[in-house]
Amino acid sequence: MTISHFGAVLLFSLFTSVVFGITQRSDPRMMIRFGAFCFVLFVGGTIAGSWVMWLIKH
Amino acid sequence: MQPQTDMIAGAMTTNVQAPARVAGKSSSMATMVLFAGWLIPGAGHFLLRKWIRGSLLFLSIVTMFTLGLALKGKIYSPNTGDPLDILNFAGDLGMGILYVLARVFDLGQVTVQVATADYGTKFMVVAGLLNIIAAVDAHSLATGRKVS
Repeated sequence: MTISHFGAVLLFSLFTSVVFGITQRSDPRMMIRFGAFCFVLFVGGTIAGSWVMWLIKH
Repeated sequence: MQPQTDMIAGAMTTNVQAPARVAGKSSSMATMVLFAGWLIPGAGHFLLRKWIRGSLLFLSIVTMFTLGLALKGKIYSPNTGDPLDILNFAGDLGMGILYVLARVFDLGQVTVQVATADYGTKFMVVAGLLNIIAAVDAHSLATGRKVS
């Protein structure tokens, strides 16, 4: 099986966010919100980090 | 004025108190939930009748571990001597019975051969760590440290 780098980021972020959401909050509504927040933070952080590395290189 | 102040103070005190062990089960039950949650992802939540949470945890953790194997990730063994390997082994061990099965059936590559295999290795280590978080969460629910 092969996977693109961005695909790996999305899958990692999805599964990790689900576990974080369930374990770190008590109310189901807050679980969904926190899970979504973690997902956005994971993916957004990766994209931002990638651009920073690109800028350092160029 | 004084009774009202006392009433407010009383209400605040009531709200602040942590309901430790109010909804909790016995200590042996909590230990069993912790152990079951570690052994099988989501099993701790199943024992507490949290079916949806348990299912989501099971799906997330097992899928992550399976993806790691499919990406030809490495399963760490206990006695390589390298400190980083020991840490990764501790992460892998968090998978419980899935780690045992992977070792028994000789799954997982010994060395990383392609770039994405390193992702697979990390997927499996993180899946183990997430499983430990899930098991501790189930334990907190069982003892009453976490409300619901």
